[in-house]
Amino acid sequence: MSDQFSEQHRIDLAPGDEGEGGVGLRVLGYVVGLGLAILLTATSFFVAGTDLVWQPSIPVAIIVLAIAQMGVHLVFFLHITTGPDNTNNVMALAFGVLIVFLVIGGSLWIMANLNQNMMPMDQIMQMQR
Amino acid sequence: MADTTMAYAHSDPHRLRGIPHAAVVHEGPAPKRIVTGFGFWIFLLSDIVMFSCFFATYAVLVDQTAGGPNGSELFDLRRVAVETVLLLLSSFTCGLANIAADIRNKPWFQVSMAATCVLGLAFLYLEATEFADLVARGAGPTRSAFLTAFFSLVGCHGLHVSAGILWLLTMMAQVFAKGFRADIGRRIMCFALFWHALDIIWVAVFSVVYLLGSKP
Repeated sequence: MSDQFSEQHRIDLAPGDEGEGGVGLRVLGYVVGLGLAILLTATSFFVAGTDLVWQPSIPVAIIVLAIAQMGVHLVFFLHITTGPDNTNNVMALAFGVLIVFLVIGGSLWIMANLNQNMMPMDQIMQMQR
Repeated sequence: MADTTMAYAHSDPHRLRGIPHAAVVHEGPAPKRIVTGFGFWIFLLSDIVMFSCFFATYAVLVDQTAGGPNGSELFDLRRVAVETVLLLLSSFTCGLANIAADIRNKPWFQVSMAATCVLGLAFLYLEATEFADLVARGAGPTRSAFLTAFFSLVGCHGLHVSAGILWLLTMMAQVFAKGFRADIGRRIMCFALFWHALDIIWVAVFSVVYLLGSKP
């Protein structure tokens, strides 16, 4: 019983701290992260300037690559993992991401809606005269 | 007796030594390093939420150029690529400094932090020349709503990097003067989190502002 409890309730990790591993392994983690980040960045810059792909897909590709790179940074540099010792950090991150999506998505939605439904500004000014 | 101590050492992170129900009832506060790190993580997330407001403003105002220049006429992607590489490398050296602090290796810590500082200053120099260049071409923050949003968003990130460099120099001085004390170790951990989070925000900046903005 007590063994089960301590299995489920391992000590927490601070964000940025890593679980186990020697210095070599930890440096290797940063090297892998740097390599992936540079690869994704290079792809982003290449996709932005190329004529090889269907043009309307480029913004989507750039956004997807950016989100992927943020994931790489979170895992390899900030060491936010899905391990049981990281639950609190992940929950806080999930809440932060929710708010970010609400703020950005909500603003864009409301402003696009207003743009569509409101008269152009010069006509409003004429009506007020 | 020795056997029980050994057995508990593996499954007993709080060193309670054979009082199993104490772990359930009196777990006690988490170690200070975890509390500090988690608190700082919450601050970073709130900082990211603040940046999301700047991003939302920018995205709403990006087409409101008031007859002035738009992004594709203003942005120099080669400079942005160099800035990105500088910030990525500084994130890497900052990670190395964090490892050096954990194993209490002073020379490596100071060298990695100095490298982080130089890379960060080079980034700031490039950004400052970009801003000065835009203002000289008559595309300052007062030209249009688009440029106001651009300068606030990118400038806010630049201010964060400047504050990060001040913090970095403080940490170098504290380690030099006081060594790797526990409280200084926590500050180093928070600084590393801050610097990596700035890099995450820069990923969003170069993707949303520069790469999407450079499309005509």
